[in-house]
Amino acid sequence: MSNAAEISAAAVRAAAANRRGIARSRAARIGTERIIRGTLLACALMSIVTTFTILVILLAQSVSFFAMPQVSIWEFFTGTTWAPLLGEEKHFGIWPLIAGTLLVTSIAAAFALPVGLIVAVYLSEYAPSRVRSILKPILEVLAGIPTVVYGFFALAVITPFLHDHISESFGTFNALGAGLAVGIMILPIVASLSEDALRAVPRSLRDAAFAMGGTRFDVSAKVVVPAALSGIVASWLLAITRAIGETMIVALAAGGLARMTLNPADEVQTMTAYMVQIFTGDAPAYGIEYKSSFAVATVLFVITLALTMAGNLFLRAFREEYE
Amino acid sequence: MTTPANASPPLNVDIKPPTLAVAVSAASVGSENQPEEIAIRAHGLNSWYGTVQALKGISLEIPKCRVTALIGPSGCGKSTFLRCMNRMNDPIPGARASGTLTLHGDDLLARTLDVVELRRRVGMVFQKPNPFTKSIYDNVAFGPRLHRSFRRTDLDELVENSLRAAALWDEVKDRLKSSALGLSGGQQQRLCIARAIAVGPEVLLMDEPCSALDPRSTASIEQLIRELETNYTIVIVTHNMQQAARVSDRTAFFFEGTLVECGSTDRIFTNPTNKQTEDYVSGRFG
Repeated sequence: MSNAAEISAAAVRAAAANRRGIARSRAARIGTERIIRGTLLACALMSIVTTFTILVILLAQSVSFFAMPQVSIWEFFTGTTWAPLLGEEKHFGIWPLIAGTLLVTSIAAAFALPVGLIVAVYLSEYAPSRVRSILKPILEVLAGIPTVVYGFFALAVITPFLHDHISESFGTFNALGAGLAVGIMILPIVASLSEDALRAVPRSLRDAAFAMGGTRFDVSAKVVVPAALSGIVASWLLAITRAIGETMIVALAAGGLARMTLNPADEVQTMTAYMVQIFTGDAPAYGIEYKSSFAVATVLFVITLALTMAGNLFLRAFREEYE
Repeated sequence: MTTPANASPPLNVDIKPPTLAVAVSAASVGSENQPEEIAIRAHGLNSWYGTVQALKGISLEIPKCRVTALIGPSGCGKSTFLRCMNRMNDPIPGARASGTLTLHGDDLLARTLDVVELRRRVGMVFQKPNPFTKSIYDNVAFGPRLHRSFRRTDLDELVENSLRAAALWDEVKDRLKSSALGLSGGQQQRLCIARAIAVGPEVLLMDEPCSALDPRSTASIEQLIRELETNYTIVIVTHNMQQAARVSDRTAFFFEGTLVECGSTDRIFTNPTNKQTEDYVSGRFG
């Protein structure tokens, strides 16, 4: 009874205290809301405007490149000789640059996608929480290393190792050394994002599989990984996009010789490395080489855009709703 | 052995709980007088999570091919007891158990016990329906494929009969290849039961199998439990007193880690010997 009286008295005091507060005016409320809304919209528009500006400049310069008399669109998209700087006759066939990019990216992906997934499965399904609390930060540090460091790591460590222990044919600049360094760079992206996807799989699914007599590997490989597949593939696509766009490592370690080759011991030039070469070298501004790099950039942009869109489509098509 | 004799009566959700309750009390009165084969025997079973003791000297016998309900307020140890029977507490850090717990004489607490084999014999159905993100067929075939390799026709037969035993076949036979997540909550839970049955267990553990379901689905699961009893020893944890009364032959009342009272469901609900039990089953606390 005294309890009920106490509760009732407290409720009365709470209501009284509430009335002592000063009321906010309706006009002030609406005005503040308007200012905040405007600020947020301006920030959102800024990123859109920036993106479109970049796109317009890329396209405008590309168009003026293709308008030059020495350039043929047909040759650009089908040619297999990229020789913009040397010799009497300049050649602008982009395929050697695409081939170099794909070679380095394939090497990086062949290393980082499976290894990254294995690391993610280990962290999410096998590692005791203590081991995980040590490994996960290390992985995140790996993601924070500037790529120029990976570049000279490839030159100073990976390539000499390949030369001494694999084959004498590995020169100072080669696709494999650069590709492996890019692979190490994207490994944390795959591992970290895939691990997030794996951990998002509800524990109830693991319980169900364990309760039917599944081993830890059964549960990981047959339940958790399939359930997290969309997230894993998204992490793969993001990592591949990063590998294609990676510049510093390949500019340092892959070399500057554009050629059609599948030999990982060869020196290759990627699309990004070509742009670095043009903008850091002594190619005259607004000359044909200068403009060619915008055309290359546009191609690179289209490729990465396509990959990003494919990733989003995949995510949407295969996203699993657990509830 | 996975197919009960009365395999697939068309599911009749119109059966009202009272009808069932009458059937239950008739069954339990009958079973009270004759000696039953005991499937699971616990004696002085203790269980700890770290320094917290969750079970204190539980001694309980669970008869074969009967439904045993474990009731009690949250945190009383009934789920812990359930999870001791298929060693699902093993991965929890700091979880340990002492005393004896046997399934047809096999020591379930032994360090050397093959947990994979145990879980083949003791299936489990969880609180929330948790079908895999796979097709209906692959959900049911998942367990069998873990343990044996099958010819396609044998697997088809196993899947069909498991679904029939869970009273789900007629509803899903035309869409076995579609995702299990497209089923309703009650269908998903029956799929989980079919999935557990497909492994060929002797015992089915059910941890509040209806708590996430609407009354209609609950009725269909309860009816299914009564039908599965012919072939399986069933242990069900429930917070719903009426459910315990409707589906079980025997009821065990847990409170703060101890077993307060255990007996035929009929007697526990009509004539409990313990004051705490009486208060709990009559809804005065808990």
